[in-house]
Formats: sequence, structure tokens, C-alpha cells
Amino acid sequence: MSEIKIAHHLQHERAAADRTLFGLWMYIMTDLLMFAVLFAVYAVLQNSTAGGPHGHDIFSLNFVMIETLLLLTSSLTCGLASLSAKNKDKKQLFIWLVATFLLGAMFLSLEVWEFSKLVNEGHTVSTSAFLSSYFALVGNHGLHILAGLIWIIVSSIFIRKRGLTHHMQRKINAFSMFWHFLDIVWIFIFTLVYLRAFI
Amino acid sequence: MKELLLGKLDKNALPHEWFTIGGSVTFILMFLAVVAFITYKKRWRWLWDEWLTSVDPKKIGIMYFIVGGFMLLRGALDAVMIWLQQSLSAGSSHGYLSADHFQQIFTAHGNIMVFFVAMAFIFGLINYIVPLQIGARDLASPFLNTLGFWLFVAGVVMVNMFFFLGGEYAATGWLAVAPLSGTQFSPGVGVDYWLWSLQISGIGTTLGAINFIVTILKMRAPGMSLKKMPLFTWGSLCSMVMAVTVFPLLTATLFLLFLDRHFGSHFFTTDLGGNAMMYTNLVWMWGHPEVYILMLPAFGVYSEIVSTFTRKKIASYASNVIGMIGVSAFALLVWLHHFFTMGSGADINAFFGLMTMVIAVPTTMLFINWLVTMYRSKILFKTPMLWFLGFVGTFSFGGMTGVILAMPPADFQLHNSLFLVAHFHTMTIGGVLFGALAGISYWFPKMTGLRLNERIGRYAYWCWVSGFALAFVPLYILGLMGATRRLDHYESSTGWQPFFIVALLGGILIMVAIVLQVVQVIATIIQRKQLAVSGDPWNGRTLEWSTAPVPPAYNFAVIPEVTGSDAYWDIKQQASKKVVYEDILMPRNTASGIYISAFAFLTGFAFVWHINWLAIVSIIGIIAVIVSRNFDENTEYVLSAKEVEKIETERNKEFASKQHDIKKYEDADMGLIEFIRVVLNWALKTVRLKK
Repeated sequence: MSEIKIAHHLQHERAAADRTLFGLWMYIMTDLLMFAVLFAVYAVLQNSTAGGPHGHDIFSLNFVMIETLLLLTSSLTCGLASLSAKNKDKKQLFIWLVATFLLGAMFLSLEVWEFSKLVNEGHTVSTSAFLSSYFALVGNHGLHILAGLIWIIVSSIFIRKRGLTHHMQRKINAFSMFWHFLDIVWIFIFTLVYLRAFI
Repeated sequence: MKELLLGKLDKNALPHEWFTIGGSVTFILMFLAVVAFITYKKRWRWLWDEWLTSVDPKKIGIMYFIVGGFMLLRGALDAVMIWLQQSLSAGSSHGYLSADHFQQIFTAHGNIMVFFVAMAFIFGLINYIVPLQIGARDLASPFLNTLGFWLFVAGVVMVNMFFFLGGEYAATGWLAVAPLSGTQFSPGVGVDYWLWSLQISGIGTTLGAINFIVTILKMRAPGMSLKKMPLFTWGSLCSMVMAVTVFPLLTATLFLLFLDRHFGSHFFTTDLGGNAMMYTNLVWMWGHPEVYILMLPAFGVYSEIVSTFTRKKIASYASNVIGMIGVSAFALLVWLHHFFTMGSGADINAFFGLMTMVIAVPTTMLFINWLVTMYRSKILFKTPMLWFLGFVGTFSFGGMTGVILAMPPADFQLHNSLFLVAHFHTMTIGGVLFGALAGISYWFPKMTGLRLNERIGRYAYWCWVSGFALAFVPLYILGLMGATRRLDHYESSTGWQPFFIVALLGGILIMVAIVLQVVQVIATIIQRKQLAVSGDPWNGRTLEWSTAPVPPAYNFAVIPEVTGSDAYWDIKQQASKKVVYEDILMPRNTASGIYISAFAFLTGFAFVWHINWLAIVSIIGIIAVIVSRNFDENTEYVLSAKEVEKIETERNKEFASKQHDIKKYEDADMGLIEFIRVVLNWALKTVRLKK
């Protein structure tokens, strides 16, 4: 390839990366709007307990605090992962990806445990409108975390196979944006769902 | 065991009523005919490689038109069935439909016309024209575009699936208001089919909208600032921005309704704290802007047409853009006018009533702009311009009835009456459908290299406009007389029957118009030698006209430089430059969109019938295809400058041989009698040959 062609190619790559990033921001906005609906629905229905339990009867703040800390720490490790991807440090990248995965997985298992505990106590999705909206909002966030975890596994496999190419760096960047977005949503869930139940 | 394998599916689900048997048999016969034809012509490979897996937005645009056109026939048939029932079913006669079947028909009619006809036409136009207008070779993500299209197709299949399995569609009205759409009042699978067809095609719309926003904002030709962007692209941008804003709301709302129906939650139920009114709010927050998502690209089409056929720059580009942005901004703030009667209180009703009336201001800006452009110009009255003029009449009239409905006190009288039905049909037919038809006839030469037969086109146009008036003016009157919408039977003493019969006649006239349009296309194909045109038959002003008809896959061999809002007009005034070709990166065809949509369809189908294993398998399938596509790095190939040059020279040569004196054939268009003669001759000849 001549030098002009390489320059041309790089320009094309950069433009494509720029578009992907912009598209990702747009996607995150649409996802945020879906969460907005779930938050609004929760706000409307949180007192419609139909004789069933209220939030402060069934939530444990300490437990949720641990969940929150796990997820916030995972945001830190995720940031470190994207930094090491930028520095092309593959070993470091794997360490931080694994850390993010473990923290995310722990968060998710705690959430699953909390859900199953509630269900075992008889507080299910069909108990009351309040619990329906609680399970929908928090569960939807959990599903997003699950998608993030799958994303980590798949990216890691492909990085092992193909090395840390431009393409892969972009994927890690995109993942990191997605993960931080989930973190921000969780902060709102923590505040508006859990903290608010005790005020 | 059987329940584990097949869920709720059993032999009762098979077609056993006249309409499901008729529907399935028709669909199967049509399907077999198409399969037989393609096999006979040995075109499977070609179909798969050139069309189905194509990532070329021009081909995807054409496929949208084909599916949309087909669904238009399906929806129009529903409409005629509704009209027929209403004109028969007075007094002691109960018509030919049961009440339940009648409800399913008007629900399906609404869904099909909005989601699978209007959306299809609008997305088809945007796909074909926007990249050409902004001087781009492709979309930001060609893959997302095919995915969006195939998700739309999955929605189309889902909406017709009840013919084969289940035998009932939703009987709830096109938005399936709660609590009627809950399991308590709609225990069958109809609402589930409704839900999943909207959910799947809605997700496709969101993805498509993201793609087009990125394309329009990031991929314009050098020199084309936002202030120089063609007006159809502006309309599309406004529309797509609204789509990404409200379609997620629909997705979330449908998700909640799904939880209600499938997992027994209580969002929209009447018991255990559920709030059915919240459903109405959420769904209209999407539903009202949806109408404008369809309308804004149509506004763009009209702007282009007025400017081209008056051979003038649009009077005020700025006010046209401001008008479109204004309409889309206000459109997000008026949803509550759909349910003034729900009792939100005087203050809230007043606010939404005022906002609704305010929307008339930016709309009027657009209208004044178009009329001022036409003032004192020598107008070419070709069919696209006729559609525009038809739109001006019907849409202004419909807009005024809209202002009447926007007043809460008046709305309390007119809510859910046929007056409302007439109003929104005036807006959607007069605005959106006329816009789509105007756009198709305007850009048809670009898409096929042929201009549509003008003469039969004019017949079709006049049948449409007069049929429309005949069909819907009686409904306004009936509405004022107190007839509510969705009536399957009424007393003869009301004196409504004559009006309903007139409306039916109007409906038949509209069907004649649709048939004439099909004839128009066939006549154009018959006369393809005389009707062949250059790349710029209307003396156009925007970049799409600078390409040869049926532009090559890469659109532009050389990306144009833009200096003004009428880019091609400016280029035409300058001397032509020498062309230097360059390598072009082209996206490879992909079938991933088809696979993902097939799995999405199966997921929906599994949830409709509670087949859990199929749902799990399909979701895993979706994830697997997404992963394999996402990490596929071999998605593009290079078309070298030499190859581009070769293609261009060949195309130019072929094109020059086809081109002839267009003036000579200006009035060559065959009329109806000529058409019938030609068809009969052809039929006789084939029969004789067989003998």
C-alpha cells in the first residue's frame, strides 16, 4: 500500500470509530429513556401496595449498600481496563477485565439472591403493583448487567484470539461506556428505590 | 410433556373459521406462486445475493416499498370490510360480521396502516433518498439498516400469523388500551400477537432511527453544513430524532404489558394497585409523536416537490426548517389531547389543548412558505405536484377539524366519535399517504430510470381525492350526529345508514384508485422504451438528481462538493470538472439481519404460545448471531479506482444508448383504453401460441 492509501485508510477508520461512538451515545440515550419509563412507573406505583408490604418492610439498606459498593468498584476497575486498553497493555487489561467481571457477577448473584428471598417470603411480582414495578425496574437493570458480563467474556475470548487490535480497543471502549451508564442508573435506583423507602 | 413441548398450542389453534381458512389459503397460495415463479426462473441465488442479504440502502428502500405496498392492499381490504359491515348493519340486519370479528378487523386495519404501510413507505423513501441527498456513499451502519428492515418484516409476519395459528387477532383497538388488553378481558392470543408484532418492528425502528441520525449528522458531503441540507433530509432528521425519543417509551410500555400478561404482574390491571390510566398516558406519549414521525418526512417531500415544480428556490429555507423543528418539538407535548375525557383536571386539559392549537403555528409557517414559493411562478402540473395540491386542500381542512378537537369542551362531545375518525384519516391519508405517493412518483425516475405514466397517474389521483372526500365527509357529519367510532351495529331510526352507504361508495372509489395505481405501474413497464428518462428528468435541485438513474451501489463515484442549499442546481451552473476516481470501501452483504430477525420472530412466537424452551433457544440464537456479527472484522471490501472507472464508463455508455429526445415522448403515455387493448392483445397472442 502506498502512503497515501494508508493515510486514507486510517482516516476512514477514524471516521468509522467516531460514528460508532456517536451511535453508541444515541443507543444509551434510548436505553435511558426506557429506564425513565420504568422509574416513572415505579414513582407512580410505589404506594400501591394493595395491603402488601411497603419498601421499608422488605428492603435491607446494609445489603443494598454492599451491592452498591461492589458495582461502584467495578466501575473503577472498568475504567482502569479501558485505560490499559488505550496503553495497549494486554496483561493489565485482562486483570482489570477479570476484576470487573467478578465484581459484576457478585453484584448480580446478590441481586438474584435478594429476589429469590423476596419470592420465597411470598412477595412476588404479582403481589402488588408496587412489587411489580420494583421487580421490573431492578430486574431490568440486572438484565443489563448480565448483558455486560456476556460482553466481557466474549471480548476477552476475541482479544486472546486476535490480540489487542484497533477493533478490539474500540469494543473495550464501548463496553466501558455501557458499564458506566449502568452504574449511573444504579445510583438512581439506590437513591429513588432503596433510600427513599426509609425516608 | 405436550405442554412442555408446545405450550398452549393445540389443534384448536388451527384455522377453522371462514376468514382464517380464507386468509391462510390465500397467503399459502400467494407464497407458493412466488416460490414457483422464482424456481421456474432460477432466480433464488440472485434473490438472496442481490436483494435479501443486500446492505445497499437503495435496495432496502425498494424492499420496504414492496412489503408496504402489499400491506396497503391488506389494510385496504380491512377498510372495505369495515365500511361494508357498517352500511349493512342497521336495524334488524346485523351485517355479515360478528361483533368480535369486526373488532379484530378495525384493530388490524389500524396497526397495519400505521406500522406496516405508512412506516414502510416513509422508511423506504428515507433509505433511498437521504444518502443520495447528502452525498454519502452509504449509511453509518449498513448492517443495522438491514437488521431494522428484517425486524420490520418479522413484525409483518407476526401481525398476519393469527390466520394460521390462533385464529384471533387483538380485538382491542390499535393501541390495545388497558385494562381491556390484560389477560382478564383478553385471555386469547390476539393481544400477544399484537404485542410482539409491534415490539419487534418497534425495536427495528429505533435501530434504524439511530442509524439515520448518525448518518445525517456525520456523513454529509464536504461543504454541506446543516444550513445547506436539503429539506427532505431535514424532515427525515426531525422525524428520526422524534423516533429515538419516543420509540423506547413504546418498547418499555409493551414490556410492562407483556409482564402483566405473561407473569401476572399488576401494572395496568384493575386489581392489586394496578393503574390502567398510566397505560393510556404512556402509550400516547409514543402514539402522538408517532403520527408526526410519519408526517415530517412527508413535509420534506412536499418542500422538495414545490421547489422543483415551480423551478424556484424555496421561498424561505430558514422558516421551512424552523417550521419542521417547531412541529416536532410541540408534537412531543400534546399527547394528553387523546384523552381529555379521562379527567386529568381543567388545568392540565387546558395546557394540552393550548399546546395542540399552538402546533398549527409552525405548520402554517410551512404552508405559507410553500404557497409563497408557488406565487407567480410557472408551475409544472405533473402528478407529484398534483399530490401536493391534494395534500394542501385535505390537510388544511383536517387541520381545522383538529383545532376543533383540541378544545377540551368540544372534545368532550366529539371524543371517540366518527368525527375524530374522519379527522385523523384526513391527516394520515391527506398528509402522510399523499406525501408517500407524491414522493414515490417524484423519485420513481431515480429508482427505475422510468417516469411513471402521467395520464393514468392523473386518473388515480382524481379517484383518490374524490374517493377520499366521498368516504370521509359523511363520517364528519355522522360524528356530529352522534355516531361513535367502532360501531358494528346501529338502529335504523338514527337515519345514519345513507351516510354509511355513501362512505362505502367512497371506499370503493379509493379501491379503484389503488387498482389504477397498479395499472399505472404496469403501463409504465409496458412503455419502458418511451418513458426512459435521464438522471434528472424534472430539472432537480438537490444532489440525488446528479446521479444516473438507478445509482450504482456506491452512489457517487466522486463525492460532490457542496456550496449551497440547492447543491445540484449550483453544480449545474458551473462548468463540469475532470473526474478523478478513487478506491471505495464497500460494505459486504450480510444475512445476519435475517437470522437475528428470524430468532426474534421465534422468540415472540414462543412467548405468544408460552413455549418456554423455544423462547430460551431463540434468545440464545439472537445473542450468538449478534456476537458473531459484532466481532466479524471482514465486513468491507475495496472497490479499486480502476473498477470504479470501468463500471462508470460502462454505465455511461449504456445510459447514452438508452437516452433519446425526451420531448418527443412527452405525451406518449398510454391511456386506459390503450392499456386494455395492449393487455388483451398480449393475452390473445399467448393463447394462440399455446394452441
